[in-house]
Amino acid sequence: MKARMAKDFVLEFERPILELEEKIAELRRIAASGKVDCSREIENLDRKARKLRKEIFQDLGAWQRTQLSRHPQRPYTLDYVRMLFTDWYELHGDRNFMDDQAIVCGLARFDGRPVAVIGHQKGRNTKENVVRNFGMPFPEGYRKALRIMNLAERYRRPILTFIDTPGAYPGIEAEARGQAEAIAKNIMVMSSLRVPVVCTVIGEGGSGGALAVGVGNRVLMLENSIYSVISPEACAAILWKDQSKGEVAAGALRYTAPDCHRLGVADEVVPEPLGGAHRDPEGAARELGDALRRHLEALRGLGPDELAADRYQRVRHLGRFSERGRRVNGVEITFDEDEPLGDADR
Amino acid sequence: MTEHRSAGERPWFSHKPGVEPQGAERRDNGAGNLWRKCEGCAEILHVPDVEANASVCPLCQYHFPLDWRSRVRLLVDEGSFEETDRGISPQDPLKFFDSKSYRDRLEETQAKRAGKDAFINGRATIEGRPIWLGTFDFQFMGGSMGSVVGEKVTRLFEYGAADRAPVVIVSASGGARMQEGILSLMQMAKSTAALQRMRRLGVPFVSVLTHPTTGGVAASFAMLGDVILAEPRALIGFAGPRVIEQTIRQKLPPGFQRSEYLLDHGMLDAIVHRRELRPTLARLFGLLTDPA
Repeated sequence: MKARMAKDFVLEFERPILELEEKIAELRRIAASGKVDCSREIENLDRKARKLRKEIFQDLGAWQRTQLSRHPQRPYTLDYVRMLFTDWYELHGDRNFMDDQAIVCGLARFDGRPVAVIGHQKGRNTKENVVRNFGMPFPEGYRKALRIMNLAERYRRPILTFIDTPGAYPGIEAEARGQAEAIAKNIMVMSSLRVPVVCTVIGEGGSGGALAVGVGNRVLMLENSIYSVISPEACAAILWKDQSKGEVAAGALRYTAPDCHRLGVADEVVPEPLGGAHRDPEGAARELGDALRRHLEALRGLGPDELAADRYQRVRHLGRFSERGRRVNGVEITFDEDEPLGDADR
Repeated sequence: MTEHRSAGERPWFSHKPGVEPQGAERRDNGAGNLWRKCEGCAEILHVPDVEANASVCPLCQYHFPLDWRSRVRLLVDEGSFEETDRGISPQDPLKFFDSKSYRDRLEETQAKRAGKDAFINGRATIEGRPIWLGTFDFQFMGGSMGSVVGEKVTRLFEYGAADRAPVVIVSASGGARMQEGILSLMQMAKSTAALQRMRRLGVPFVSVLTHPTTGGVAASFAMLGDVILAEPRALIGFAGPRVIEQTIRQKLPPGFQRSEYLLDHGMLDAIVHRRELRPTLARLFGLLTDPA
């Protein structure tokens, strides 16, 4: 029953493809019964479906990607754990207050090598979401993540994080127990960890709630993931006093994976199978696994201090501004409008 | 309860010519309006009296918002403040547009305010001790943090690390600046990473939280002071009260997310009356950095 609920979820722009696929499946059933030969027709429809999929997915808008990033059938952290790692051992609790299940942490092996894994975890149905709080952590979730980061650093394990949250939970208890401090502390500690950290936005990268496990040597984004300072709905509510204008805000905020890549926030956009990760989770995991392998390999050559320095330099350069009249080594430096900050500044 | 909660007795400030706040930054409602209602006790107050009292109500100690020039004057030794990084201006990397373009919004705001963006940094002394001071201009787009604010905060920590002088930041901010999108979020990481480097060198950072400090500024360096001080009754938190009310669909308890609430919940070291900030900072730096 619960599997059906999620499977039945279809986005408006996916519908034509799914209708075609259903037709093909039906023809296959008929063909399998052996009564009629419809191989030619199946072939035609298959070709048509491929073409349609390509047309629809080659140029997705920001709002369509937003919908895909939140698709209830999209692979979540524990799905990637299952598909990419072996010897997974989940670790629970922040040792202070509770075990926040909106974040999962654990030890595992990636290509046989031990690593630490941290990720937001959404639920697929109401019952699961009661436990997972829709992937919106309380401070305890971040403090559990912090504990695992420190553990990983002590045992020199690379850290892989998976980001997928609408945001940190905005509620009375979360504030009372220091949501802001919990996020801030994680950002600070992550910035100086002496082990490799590779972060991947796999779905929704919801603001500070995402960044709290998002300071890496590398930050990857799946093709249809988003990473935003504010949700498009909240942005619309502030700017136009109208939550339903989220679609407009989605375009304005430039938070898709390609946009984040262009702005230097994402180091790589990891391609998803045509139709999105939810149509082929194994295919999505293969692509992500290849990317993670590549980046971990590149970071293996760096020592503990170099890893921390590399991560610092990565964030140090983020942002766009112009500057007039700054003196560097006695030379007056001026950045023109719209020119991204260059290395000459440092 | 801290010793700083009750009001001190001595006068805090003597007027000096030439350091008056600019016209645009005065909070009175135009020429001739000499009276305003206190938002704390509802008494009608004589504006010059309030201004002479660090914009604090002389009757109930309600702390009115303070423009950044008055803040600087109040906090550091007279004439010691030397602004740095004045030449940094914001860009419009997203070509953001709502009811007007971000670029137009910036130009209009810059015309009204003294600076190019919402953060002012520089060096100064507090009772003779050299420090680096940063302060938000809340009147500039709600003190929101975009690339310029993030860069200036980051440099402040780098300066502090370079010459081993303590850093003080007076926060008043609604959080990250929407109009610069994800780059604003990244300023949290950038500034906080710089703070971590400075901390590791043993250079103190005292965070002073004023009304309001929320969102991405609270969720980064502002909540990471070696010592965190707050002015009385300041709103401080991660999520804004309206967002929380919408999420939980109930009214928030009185006093929620105010300084006193945060002190009770262990999130602050002390609530300090505006007039007591300077001596408090001097004492803390002495206690933290004087030779043993």
